[in-house]
Amino acid sequence: MQPFGLFSTRALSAAALAGTLLAGVAAPARAQAPAAQAPAAAASNTFDAVRSRGTLSCGVNTGVAGFAQPDSQGVWRGLDVDYCRAIAVALFNDANKVRFVPTTAQNRFTALQSGEVDLLARNTTWTLSRDTSLGFDFAAVNFYDGQGFMVKTSTGAKSGKDLEGATICVQPGTTTEQNLTEWARANRIRFSPVVIERLEEVVQAYASGRCDAYTTDISGLASTRSTQPNSEEHVILPDVISKEPLGPLVRQGDARFADVVRWTHFLLIAAEEFGITQANAAQMVNDPRPEVQRMLGRGGDLGKMLGLDNAWGLNVIRAVGNYGELFERHLTPIGIKRGPNALWTNGGLQYAPPFR
Amino acid sequence: MSQTTMDPRLLRAPPKRKLRLSWADERVRGIVWQILVVGLFGAIFYWLWSNTVHNLEVRRIATGFGFLDREAGLPIGESLIEYSPTDTYLRALLVGLLNTLKVAVVGIVLATVLGTLVGIARLSRNWLLSKVAGVYIEVIRDLPLLLQLLFWYSIMQSLPGPRQSLNPVEGVFLSNRGLKLPWLEWQDAHTYALLAFVAGAVGTWLWSRRATALRLQDGKPRPVWPAALGLLVGLPLVVWFAFGAPWTVDWPALRGFNFRGGLTVTPEYFALLLGLVLYTAGFIAEIVRAGIQAVPHGQWEAAQALGLRRGAVLKRIVLPQALRVIIPPMTSQYLNITKNSSLAVAIGYQDIVSIANTVLNQTGQAIEGIAIIMLVYLTISLSISLFMNWYNARIALVER
Ligand SMILES: N[C@@H](CCC(=O)N[C@@H](CS)C(=O)NCC(=O)O)C(=O)O
Repeated sequence: MQPFGLFSTRALSAAALAGTLLAGVAAPARAQAPAAQAPAAAASNTFDAVRSRGTLSCGVNTGVAGFAQPDSQGVWRGLDVDYCRAIAVALFNDANKVRFVPTTAQNRFTALQSGEVDLLARNTTWTLSRDTSLGFDFAAVNFYDGQGFMVKTSTGAKSGKDLEGATICVQPGTTTEQNLTEWARANRIRFSPVVIERLEEVVQAYASGRCDAYTTDISGLASTRSTQPNSEEHVILPDVISKEPLGPLVRQGDARFADVVRWTHFLLIAAEEFGITQANAAQMVNDPRPEVQRMLGRGGDLGKMLGLDNAWGLNVIRAVGNYGELFERHLTPIGIKRGPNALWTNGGLQYAPPFR
Repeated sequence: MSQTTMDPRLLRAPPKRKLRLSWADERVRGIVWQILVVGLFGAIFYWLWSNTVHNLEVRRIATGFGFLDREAGLPIGESLIEYSPTDTYLRALLVGLLNTLKVAVVGIVLATVLGTLVGIARLSRNWLLSKVAGVYIEVIRDLPLLLQLLFWYSIMQSLPGPRQSLNPVEGVFLSNRGLKLPWLEWQDAHTYALLAFVAGAVGTWLWSRRATALRLQDGKPRPVWPAALGLLVGLPLVVWFAFGAPWTVDWPALRGFNFRGGLTVTPEYFALLLGLVLYTAGFIAEIVRAGIQAVPHGQWEAAQALGLRRGAVLKRIVLPQALRVIIPPMTSQYLNITKNSSLAVAIGYQDIVSIANTVLNQTGQAIEGIAIIMLVYLTISLSISLFMNWYNARIALVER
């Protein structure tokens, strides 16, 4: 990728953080001080700010196949990327009004806190501390995941217990590294960590044999495995050592923007449930089911309640398709099964509240 | 007879001017401007500060350094002190600081030695040697350091795995897990012996000063070496024996996935150290060359006329003079090594920047994290500068 961008990105995001937090909202800060009744007004303008800027700035991975990766033409592809596009359509009715900002596991939060991005759609695990003391709001879970290990078949390891004494590659700034240490302690497994920030570098360290195992979310392992030259030489061990509910998140204090993100996700889920697809969305407007009509803006004014165009639902599905289609398009090819991400009607966990 | 008269203008004290409260008075203008500038800075600072506090509050981002004594849970690959993931963030940061010092201090020493040798080689009358040194200096200085680090790291990674590791001598293994060496099983006795050695070194230094002072008084030379031998070798040995003379060698051995035991030089540390040393030595070599060439040629000729050999001329006459030119730019090279060591994150060596970045990611407290990093580098850099300034003053020409 671009190793030279590393430090400038880091320095920039640090500087941007300092800058934005510092200079951020001078006037509102003063005007607002006496009005204790309206807290967080200063931060709650993401929605308006994005609208008036005309583009959505979306923090994504630096390149995890299936979630966010530029294709050979440089067009970003993946589940998370299409979430960004879906939200851009909801806001602007234009899937191209997105600026993708690649972030590493380590600098993603600074990018969101500082306002460099409006939204992170980047396999980020919903945890209590991120939801509170880091100052974020998780809008939804678009992929239920868990942490696992990948090893080379030649090591002969069959389960996590076989990793005693192993060297394990891990990315810093993740729940992954913390789960790893806790799991090792609980299972009395000694290991040497190799901690590398850049995804390509950490994968390279694993592939070259610097590490015996690589650990991250199982979806990330599947993605890495699919991009290795000889994917049969790598095996993902059966152990799942954590819960990793991954989903889009925004800065805390802008409930309106969070609502847009959350309900766009629900829209994608509900669309699958009702059989609304990218191809048939335009005809489904005439579907007799009232909920389908409300979702697509034929009846009711749910879109307006979100502060959006009433036809936002129709526009979004026409632009990116429903959740099932996204899964089929991006994750099935790299060998990821629906599993817990099946609709609740099929025994999975993906469930949308009523559109009413 | 002539009386020397002074120019009367020099005798007269400068007129004490009263401060007139008028814009025409230069001093009044100066004071007003200074107050204005200081006030402006104060106001800007206050404005930035209060906005930061306010915005952090609005965004519900935690502030303060309270996180430092929370459990870190971070895996750290190498550490000079005992560390486990159940330790606090503070200790994790300390590990990072020590890792930074470990690479900076060793890097400074090695780069100085290598740079000096290359700088001298560059001036050598041996055509091949001087050309090789010249090419080295040009190439190494022209390539970005980060690129070099990634290069060395990928070389380390392409070494064979632990099972096929190179085994040049008994107990030494080189593989993509790093360099494994046999090492002493460290016990308290060794720590005490080490302390005794340090005490001995201080003692030796004091004695040699005393010996010089006495010789200046009565002209009789007093040898330093017997005392030095006793203090530096004898004393630690005695202490070691007193504690039972423990001596167990810890041999590295392949067990399961990895080597156990012995001393490990990790590929990350090695690649970083190698990259920093080779890169900085290129600059130091040029500084040394320039310093030597700055000594007037007459000094060489005069020394040679006295019958000194070339080596002796270099050592006794030229280098001491060259040092005065060399030290100031050397300081900035030392600062560069220290600061460039933060490129460690690119190759997974967990220095202070890498660990502080992880801490600020886990806690979300970017401002505090950046402040810690700045404080660390500022302290290290100021210490290096102060030391080098002191040393520079010491070797400066004493004008009498
Ligand atoms: N879900 C975990 C880990 C997320 C994560 O960063 N995973 C890695 C490995 S799949 C990743 O996405 N890296 C991509 C990158 O650094 O660009 C978390 O939120 O802390």
